Amino acid sequence: MSERTNLEWWEALRGQPSAEALDDLRMILLRGLRYGLATRGDVTAADLEDFTQDALVKILRSLNTFRGESRFTTWAQKIAVRTAYTELRRRRWRDISLQDLLAPYEESDYTPEALLGDRSQDPAQWAMQRDMLARVERIIAEELTTKQRTAMTAVIIGGMNLEQVAFRMGTNRNALYKLIHDARRRLQARLEREGLTTEEVLVVFEDG
Amino acid sequence: MLKPDYLRQLVRMVAGTQKQEVGCEECFEQLDRFAEMSLAGKDAAAALPLIEDHLNRCDDCREEFEALLAALRAI
Repeated sequence: MSERTNLEWWEALRGQPSAEALDDLRMILLRGLRYGLATRGDVTAADLEDFTQDALVKILRSLNTFRGESRFTTWAQKIAVRTAYTELRRRRWRDISLQDLLAPYEESDYTPEALLGDRSQDPAQWAMQRDMLARVERIIAEELTTKQRTAMTAVIIGGMNLEQVAFRMGTNRNALYKLIHDARRRLQARLEREGLTTEEVLVVFEDG
Repeated sequence: MLKPDYLRQLVRMVAGTQKQEVGCEECFEQLDRFAEMSLAGKDAAAALPLIEDHLNRCDDCREEFEALLAALRAI
């Protein structure tokens, strides 16, 4: 396999791509993905071939966005990894709707007893935890939009990838990150206004 | 009511929130450069602190970054 400079790769692949360069790139990406995804147990050899093929199409399509700030093969591998993970996440969460994911957490009939356990162990601590839960819950209800609450709940307790939550909410991963960032900033500002630090909230639940 | 575990995780997410954070797109744009610097033993976190910060907050991007490093070590 011949070594190429960034410019040589770019020239070999733009317009009508050279078959040799395409084949070389395919081998590089395939090898990279094999190692990059080696710790996962859910990737077959056929998957690796598919991810590589899909990545090649994307790379050729986005050739004009390559700015030469890294080696060409690093840039291409980055696209291959993103391509593979997008598909793996889609597969993992394929049959799970946001509604299913969030249903167990949206029930409003939790009681402090059910959440905090036996109050007789340490009644003072128990009462502090109960008050703090109620206070943070009120802050969340007042500060966050339904969309922000849904996104944070799905990511934090549902454990769903940002990308898949975004897909289900009809947005993209970047926009969802920004939505959650805005939510975090709102909560941070409100806690500050209430004279409450995050450490103070956490310490109440240290043994919870 | 909130479950205490959820509250803890949520508060941890809120702690350390910065006014300026980059999103997944900006992180992706710089990820190849960041990965090469890391592999070359350079202080990528100091050179691109916003990318480092994003990778510490975003599990999706962190997962891809780790896989990219492993891939680049092999090619």
